[in-house]
Amino acid sequence: MNIGEILLNLWEKSGFAAMTWQNGVMLLIGCVLLYLAIVKKFEPLLLCGIAFGCILTNLPMANMYHQELWTAFMNKEIGYGEIMKSGGLLDFFYIGVKTSIYPCLIFMGVGAMTDFGPLLSNPKSLLLGAAAQMGVFAAFVGAIALGFTGAQAASIGIIGGADGPTAIFLTSKLAPELLGAIAVAAYSYMALIPLIQPPFMKLLTTKEQRKIKMEQTRKVSKAEKIVFPVAVTLFVALLLPDTAPLIGCLMLGNLAKETGVTDRLSDTMQNALMNIVTILLSVSVGATMVGSNFLTPETLKIVVLGVVAFILSTCGGLLVGVLMCKLTKGKINPLIGSAGVSAVPMAARVANKEGQKANPSNFLLMHAMGPNVAGVIGSAIAAGFLLSIFGA
Amino acid sequence: MENITLGQGGILALLGYATVFAGLILLMLLTIILGKFFMATAKKTAAPAPAKQEEAPAPAAEAPKAPGSAGQLKLYNVEPKTAAMVMAIVADKMGKPINELRFLSIKEVAE
Repeated sequence: MNIGEILLNLWEKSGFAAMTWQNGVMLLIGCVLLYLAIVKKFEPLLLCGIAFGCILTNLPMANMYHQELWTAFMNKEIGYGEIMKSGGLLDFFYIGVKTSIYPCLIFMGVGAMTDFGPLLSNPKSLLLGAAAQMGVFAAFVGAIALGFTGAQAASIGIIGGADGPTAIFLTSKLAPELLGAIAVAAYSYMALIPLIQPPFMKLLTTKEQRKIKMEQTRKVSKAEKIVFPVAVTLFVALLLPDTAPLIGCLMLGNLAKETGVTDRLSDTMQNALMNIVTILLSVSVGATMVGSNFLTPETLKIVVLGVVAFILSTCGGLLVGVLMCKLTKGKINPLIGSAGVSAVPMAARVANKEGQKANPSNFLLMHAMGPNVAGVIGSAIAAGFLLSIFGA
Repeated sequence: MENITLGQGGILALLGYATVFAGLILLMLLTIILGKFFMATAKKTAAPAPAKQEEAPAPAAEAPKAPGSAGQLKLYNVEPKTAAMVMAIVADKMGKPINELRFLSIKEVAE
């Protein structure tokens, strides 16, 4: 037994020997994302898992995630059976993304945590939620101009919806090869909303408009809150059947919250289920950040297009907010239009904060929650439209 | 529909944005109709109540007292949970500990 040979053998079988420069860069990116999540608190619940998934998937010889298996799966050369036979831990986790189980379960939790009361008391908020999808379609056109395919452009555009689960849902179906970059861009920009939105809020509104105090909205009955999720599911899923998984789960969660007879279910959806799925979703999204896929010029283009999409969505909501302000002769504060990008409740908080900067006695939070939840429905409809065009 | 031209993309983008608007405008109309229906139903059920009161006016019931406020705080159309939240916000905004503040009543201001 030669000790030198043993040590050499050990070295050759270690991850250090198999490390490529791509692995090294991706491990560094994983650490940077961890720093942003832990120190800067950028959407830590998701970014922490994404960052760690990125680290795990780029460990040489660990075989936790197999990009080649998923490429073969996409080419219809193998099925889930082969993945379960030959896959690693993260391949198993990723099945939940590929089958859209995780984004839909996250939406169920979001529904259970959402109060549609502000939207019901002021249905015009839905217009702001629609207007704030402008960035989705502008970035879609931009992505085509930059050479992406239609399906990839649709996945990149949906970053402008500022809705993580919707972005993951659409991308996993249309362009799974871009999932890591799109998820990181979407969640990073959502965390940066307090920095991205205010300059455009000031640019597109006057100080007088930002000072506007909105009237108290009417009280919404319990029966109305119960009927709403059922009505929305029927209406939206019949209009765009591809949105049925997302809207159905969102509204099921909301129904469980509002009925008052399923408190245990609502509690599970909001807490235990949401937390478990968040762990699985974030780690498996991080797992797709394989160096050979991620370290490409496309990632840089996605990062740029993502921020453009966010800015244009904010501007779309604000512009329609200004229009509604003028049409109602100053009864609507246009700042609430910026909350039409989903990012619940961060975007509504930013609108409230900017309103208070202009007028300290101004409380826009509940008014901004209307467009905010309308944005969730709006981005799901946008995703459904894109899926119906580019889906298989 | 894999590779599309910029022109096709522009048309699809306009169509998509219009679809989102159309969908949410229809949803807005549905929500308005639902709201009107429920408000009308609420008015109908609330209408007979004053007539009964005229026949036999009942003594005004004292507002329920909020738990945890030493029995002093009166709540008018406000849930104890909401009241607790309001008190916490007020204390936070004033920068004072909540046990140093005295709340007498919390009333919901109707539109």
